Amino acid sequence: MLRRFHSLAGLTAALFLLITATTGALLALDPALQRANALVPARGAVSVADVAEKVLLAYPGTEQIERLPSGAVVVYFTQDGQTAADLINPLTGTRLATYQQSAVFAWLKDLHRAFLWDDKGRAGAGIVALLLSVLCVSGVFLLASRAGGWRQLFAPMRSASNGAISPRLHAELARAAALGLLLSALTGSVMSALRFELLPEAAELEADFPQKVAGTAAAPVGTLPALQQTDLVDLHQLIFPSRTDPQDLYALSTHQGSGYVDQATGQWLSYADYGNAAQLQTFIMELHTGETYWWLGLLFGLAALTVPALVITGFQIWWQRRRAMPHLQGNSAVGQADTIMLVGSESNSTWGFANALCEALKHAGCLVHLAPMDQLANHYVKAERLLILTSTYGDGDAPASASQFLQKLQKLPPTLSLPFAVLAFGDRQFCSFCAFADHVTEALQQRQWPQLLATDYVDRQSAATFEHWGVALGNVLGRPLMLHYTPVLPACHGLMLVERQNYGEAVQAPTCVLRFQSAPPGSTLPVFSAGDLVGILPPGNAAPRFYSLASASTDGVLEICVRQQDNGLCSGFLYNLKFGETAAGFIQKNARFKPAAGKSPILLIGAGTGIAPLVGFIRANTARRPIYLYWGGRLATSDFLYQNELNSYLADQRLSQLHVAFSRGAEPAYVQDKLLQDADQIRTLINGNAQIMLCGGRRMATDVATSLNTILAPIALDVATLKKSGRYLEDTY
Amino acid sequence: MKKLFITAEFMLGLCLPNVIQAAEVTITTTLHSYQGDGAYLAIYLTDANGKYNKTLWVAGGKAKYYKHLQDWARGSGLKSTEYDGSTGASVTSGEQLTFKVNIEDALIDAGYLIRVDSAVEDQRDQRVDAELPLTRRGAGTSVAGRGYVKTISYTL
Repeated sequence: MLRRFHSLAGLTAALFLLITATTGALLALDPALQRANALVPARGAVSVADVAEKVLLAYPGTEQIERLPSGAVVVYFTQDGQTAADLINPLTGTRLATYQQSAVFAWLKDLHRAFLWDDKGRAGAGIVALLLSVLCVSGVFLLASRAGGWRQLFAPMRSASNGAISPRLHAELARAAALGLLLSALTGSVMSALRFELLPEAAELEADFPQKVAGTAAAPVGTLPALQQTDLVDLHQLIFPSRTDPQDLYALSTHQGSGYVDQATGQWLSYADYGNAAQLQTFIMELHTGETYWWLGLLFGLAALTVPALVITGFQIWWQRRRAMPHLQGNSAVGQADTIMLVGSESNSTWGFANALCEALKHAGCLVHLAPMDQLANHYVKAERLLILTSTYGDGDAPASASQFLQKLQKLPPTLSLPFAVLAFGDRQFCSFCAFADHVTEALQQRQWPQLLATDYVDRQSAATFEHWGVALGNVLGRPLMLHYTPVLPACHGLMLVERQNYGEAVQAPTCVLRFQSAPPGSTLPVFSAGDLVGILPPGNAAPRFYSLASASTDGVLEICVRQQDNGLCSGFLYNLKFGETAAGFIQKNARFKPAAGKSPILLIGAGTGIAPLVGFIRANTARRPIYLYWGGRLATSDFLYQNELNSYLADQRLSQLHVAFSRGAEPAYVQDKLLQDADQIRTLINGNAQIMLCGGRRMATDVATSLNTILAPIALDVATLKKSGRYLEDTY
Repeated sequence: MKKLFITAEFMLGLCLPNVIQAAEVTITTTLHSYQGDGAYLAIYLTDANGKYNKTLWVAGGKAKYYKHLQDWARGSGLKSTEYDGSTGASVTSGEQLTFKVNIEDALIDAGYLIRVDSAVEDQRDQRVDAELPLTRRGAGTSVAGRGYVKTISYTL
């Protein structure tokens, strides 16, 4: 809801925000430039009387002296029947330059506050300022929700799992600029509201015009006590009396108040403070323009510079989400359906799975009603089962289309009860993996609805898990389900097999390292680096299988490590691929699984084919940062993947230490056993700011995490803490 | 009845000589071309000593900015009764403002002056931007201003 509101406000204001922010950023330079050119004596150095006396010598026709917020001093005077204005040196009273407002900045200002369109434009600019305030506030709430709570607001951010950069860039920029933008927008809104009298404007309190003056001969301006007592720093303006009128007065205004000074006695005849309300209004205006606080103005200007990028990335995010919106076709009415499918989705990717399941169910003869989770109804006449497919947002929160589901569930009549199944979508990299789906399952269990099958978890849109779940569901329903999930895939490249090494046949774990070149010959490989994924499409099948890349495109080959699975469609195809034959594949960036920049040590942990990206990282370690590899296989003589290559990296110091464990052989051990043996070293590495990167099967990952928690307990750390700070990265399957 | 008639006739006789004779004066003010928003103008009469007499016209929509028309503000005390019915929009750069006003004959050729105070947002306030004596002979003569006002003239 909030997200929709944020998008709508942003889209409405987008074009105007671009203008307002760009001009605002440029205008922020004005006070700083003015300040740089101004000669500003310190407090106590010069009084208003000093300046007035010197100015009058240089400019006999002086009418008014004004100190600009930048500190520059301007004298307005008459010469030959025309008025003019000069910037002067406040120490000598002499001319520095003609005072002229920059035509460029004046034009920019008109564009900024009125879109060059008078009062109507000003009203528009006011509305834009208000929209920007609303965008800032709603945006900060969204940021907190994205981060998984207000406490995590300043934690390092993660990239989107699909590799799209716009969401992260939008969030990072917004987080950096939010405060500056909010202050700019709020002060701008207040200024506009005051101008259009939507807020009551507090008038500056003014001194009464004195009825009686001394009327005797005017004293030299330099001798007037009221002017001598006023520091130049406090001056706003001094208006000289008319030369011909002995009844006239000096009108003196400072930053605190204003009043009248007798031209004969030099005494205040009346004085009034502007009042707190008027001072506050002035402060708001000065905050907005940066006139007085030029450095703050520059900071606001920097914040404003992010707006064009925010507008563009915001638009991209909106567009991507919109494009992924579900198109529901052939949906049965609520009252007719025997199967109710509810979908909880944030970025709409879950809808693709929902549609696939819906099609399969229809094919199996079910009447399916598919709807967002928020459309949970109070009664279902013919429903026999409820299927829920949901993702999780942030730290276990409901995704956008399920924000009201749990409340609605509480209010359902107790008579309603449906057998249910939940399928969770998430990303194991996040601490609260699929937590919302668990909340939903618990809530349904509490209502004592019968559960058709245990909640399953689809990690990073794994089509394999999804199809596996479909088979289990089909068994429960007594109707075989054939799920065909086809994600929208990027364009594929031809990959020709040029090299292979086989391992593991003796231990019933046939595994191979495959190297591909771009096909047809002469074409170039797409850009990738170690740790990214390649999606391979087995012939005649639209569901890709993903493999971690062991090489970078700069190596000239695409290298993966494949273990032939029993009945594995894709692994079988790859394993049996002959030299010169091609496979179709595409690159999926995996920005999260990359070594942190810098020289700090890296602890690589893997098992089986999980070695692939780890070898890639070691191969790319030309800077010779300390890298420690712990890896587990089955039998040293059969499936020691990359044995020769790893030894050569030890020799040339790209790899600092290599620890291998084999589950069969003389001393059977798992990789976590090696870690436990080296607990002291691990603790030292972690204390030295080391980063852990783990790649392998899910079971191995769980076992390693348990062991690491044991190892790290004495230094008051655990895997969850390291994960939060981006020092524990996993790529598991 | 007869007494009442006489009283009425007497009063009429008293009043007649006092019916104010006024001339219709057309005042035309032309502004310079300058960079900035529309100018606020106060056009008013002062006596020979420069003391405020009456407001002829105020150009500018928002009364809260009238204080920038400094001498006029001081003289009129910014009382709305002084300018009610004699206001209009601000005058933009290079534009001309023309208005008609009835001025008592007694004020013409009596040392009174037509004066303009002016102000533009974010720029300086001009006290006595232009000033010219209200005389039958001076009608039709243009006088140059010192600030935003390029020329001012009137016809009787």
